[in-house]
Amino acid sequence: MTTTPQDLRTDQTPLAPGAPRSGTTFLGLPTAPRGVGHLRGDRSFPDAARDALRDGQLRANLGHATQTIRGKRARVVAELPDWQQLRAAGSALKAATMARLDEHLEELERQVTARGGTVHWARDAAEANRIVTDLVRATGTDEVVKVKSMATQEIGLNEALEAAGIAAHETDLAELIVQLGDDKPSHILVPAIHKNRAEIREIFLRTMPRVDADLTDEPRRLAMAARSHLRERFLRARVAISGANFAVAETGTLAVVESEGNGRMCLTLPETLITVMGIEKLVPTWPDLEVFLQLLPRSSTGERMNPYTSMWAGVTPGDGPQDFHLVLVDNGRTAVLADEVGRQALHCIRCSACLNVCPVYERTGGHAYGSVYPGPIGAVLSPQLTGVEDNASLPYASSLCGACYDVCPVAIDIPSILVHLRAEHVEAQEKPTAESVAFKALARAMSSPRLWRLAQRAAGLGRLLARGRPTMPAALPFPASAWTRSRDLPTPPAESFTAQWAREHGGRS
Amino acid sequence: MRVALFATCLVDTVVPQVARATAVLLERLGHEVVVPAGQACCGQMHVNTGYRREAVPIVANHVRAFAGAEAVVAPSGSCVASIHHQQAMVARRAGEHGLADEAEALAARTYELSQFLVDVLGVTDVGAYYAHRVTYHPTCHSLRLLKVGDRPLQLLRAVRGLELVELPGAESCCGFGGTFSVKNSDTSTAMLTDKMANVLSTHAEVCTAGDSSCLMHIGGGLSRLRSGTRTVHLAEILASTEDAVSPDQTTRPAVTA
Repeated sequence: MTTTPQDLRTDQTPLAPGAPRSGTTFLGLPTAPRGVGHLRGDRSFPDAARDALRDGQLRANLGHATQTIRGKRARVVAELPDWQQLRAAGSALKAATMARLDEHLEELERQVTARGGTVHWARDAAEANRIVTDLVRATGTDEVVKVKSMATQEIGLNEALEAAGIAAHETDLAELIVQLGDDKPSHILVPAIHKNRAEIREIFLRTMPRVDADLTDEPRRLAMAARSHLRERFLRARVAISGANFAVAETGTLAVVESEGNGRMCLTLPETLITVMGIEKLVPTWPDLEVFLQLLPRSSTGERMNPYTSMWAGVTPGDGPQDFHLVLVDNGRTAVLADEVGRQALHCIRCSACLNVCPVYERTGGHAYGSVYPGPIGAVLSPQLTGVEDNASLPYASSLCGACYDVCPVAIDIPSILVHLRAEHVEAQEKPTAESVAFKALARAMSSPRLWRLAQRAAGLGRLLARGRPTMPAALPFPASAWTRSRDLPTPPAESFTAQWAREHGGRS
Repeated sequence: MRVALFATCLVDTVVPQVARATAVLLERLGHEVVVPAGQACCGQMHVNTGYRREAVPIVANHVRAFAGAEAVVAPSGSCVASIHHQQAMVARRAGEHGLADEAEALAARTYELSQFLVDVLGVTDVGAYYAHRVTYHPTCHSLRLLKVGDRPLQLLRAVRGLELVELPGAESCCGFGGTFSVKNSDTSTAMLTDKMANVLSTHAEVCTAGDSSCLMHIGGGLSRLRSGTRTVHLAEILASTEDAVSPDQTTRPAVTA
């Protein structure tokens, strides 16, 4: 086969700088390491979901919150006549960026460096945590303020800082609620979505020093309490840590999109700013932002435009932080990029529209997924970052209803990736399982008309268990019991339709 | 037109009256119906559970069984969506490019029932009579993969005697999801509970849809609760007339095959 250089270029799976380059064979790219960060739960999804489903307060809080955001999103998306074109543009931009990710990353490094920033490359969570901890230590401070960031949640930065004697103060309201409540985030955008205002009031009263003892659950009062609690920290902090929604390679610009103004405080007041960013979050050029800054707020908060969009490039003398560090984290992303089907998951802009519309997420909440990335996108991203076997139940945590794909602002075909990862899991099994034996036997029957007719006749014998009743007994052995615990199973007929038809039509088809 | 009926494995084995109704309806509309004897399954359950390699011979069997068919019609949005979106993909992944091409060509001639009636035959009034209060659940794969839109509703509105009531939260998944209903049975049941609550809030006698799998799920829950509301496939309603409440059509809960 002849290959032109152009073809070679597009066929190659791009790599982050530093990742092993081995022609076109990408087996064994490192995934996110175990023992650090929050990408793995300690229970399987069905097991964790079972408990969540019994929590009536959680169900009520989630049902109310997801329905509200879902409705807001639908209204503002409907306003844009070119929404589908915007989605297509977002998807195409991301695909093109990923195809030359290595070049764009190096350009970003050049531009950030040229503007007075320092770029650090972190292979994984442990390395990223070490880099950030060392940077904070070098400033001599023992506390930092943080802008809400999924990347730092992913790598478990707060725990790493705490272990080094550095206190990290979350400044996003919902993230603060989670931190004060010694809880875990359960949503990408609204980490405290599982809490209602009465529960938030209780957390504030219990944990906030000098809080007004007459605090009510009125949202404004709660916000004001958080505001005065945080204001003190903003003014005191010498170091801030942020994530990034976007980085523009050609200009070295970082962008943080937020609603509360806490981000603006963190990004402008302290002397030192450390930004931790996944390597997939960049766009090549400035005009690319035009597409994403329309897609993101409408999809995430259901707003036409978010209240605060902060952008900075390197260091500006006399204005804002005078020491800027950008930590670029791989933590399994290059491995995701190597998967032709799964790599679309890297297009995600963390809007959480898929969570809000997902009928599974709506009922189980985010904790059941065990990872900081819950919901449909989490079910495709977490298993890829960790390796499917470390999160093997997540690709099955979906009814494949497709609502996530419909709302995704960058048109990630999540159901197809879920199905792909299920196959990756099945194909990774070295020993036969009861399920694989059954599916293989069924496949043999379904590929041979003669065997299939026998199998259908055998299934028809199930009616004998029903003893003439229209439904099968409710107590059937596993795995049928998983169905019959809550649903009746119809008694199979004595004869299949195709058998009846063949009999009536003299054996002709 | 000569129409090849793909009963689908579930309908053929568990609810044969749905395939019967499809055949009766198409014949009543003046078309010749053939039922290729070699048919089994589209392969969707294998693909969606992770057994895409094992699905390849199932796809091959399907393509063999329907070779030469002018048009294939199935009473299932989900199976037709799998034929359109998955069959060629799994064959191609397995290196079976010839099979993938054949599957693609066959998919182009394969229709879900409501699409076939409205788009190919151009009918919305199929001459049916069904004097019941009915609510319609748009199944996820019909709605989002095949984009059947309001075709089933157009067909139902033209049925004499039928009182159509809108289903609240219609576009939410019922929680079936194939093996999801077993692997994540608790979550599946939680989704089903909300779907049933919405169905029961309509006070409909019948909940209908274009997929027997989802109906088996909803109907199985309604039957367990002794709700009295039953599930009936769209094909069964469209096959019913004043003269014959469709063959094997039952007024008992639809799960009684």
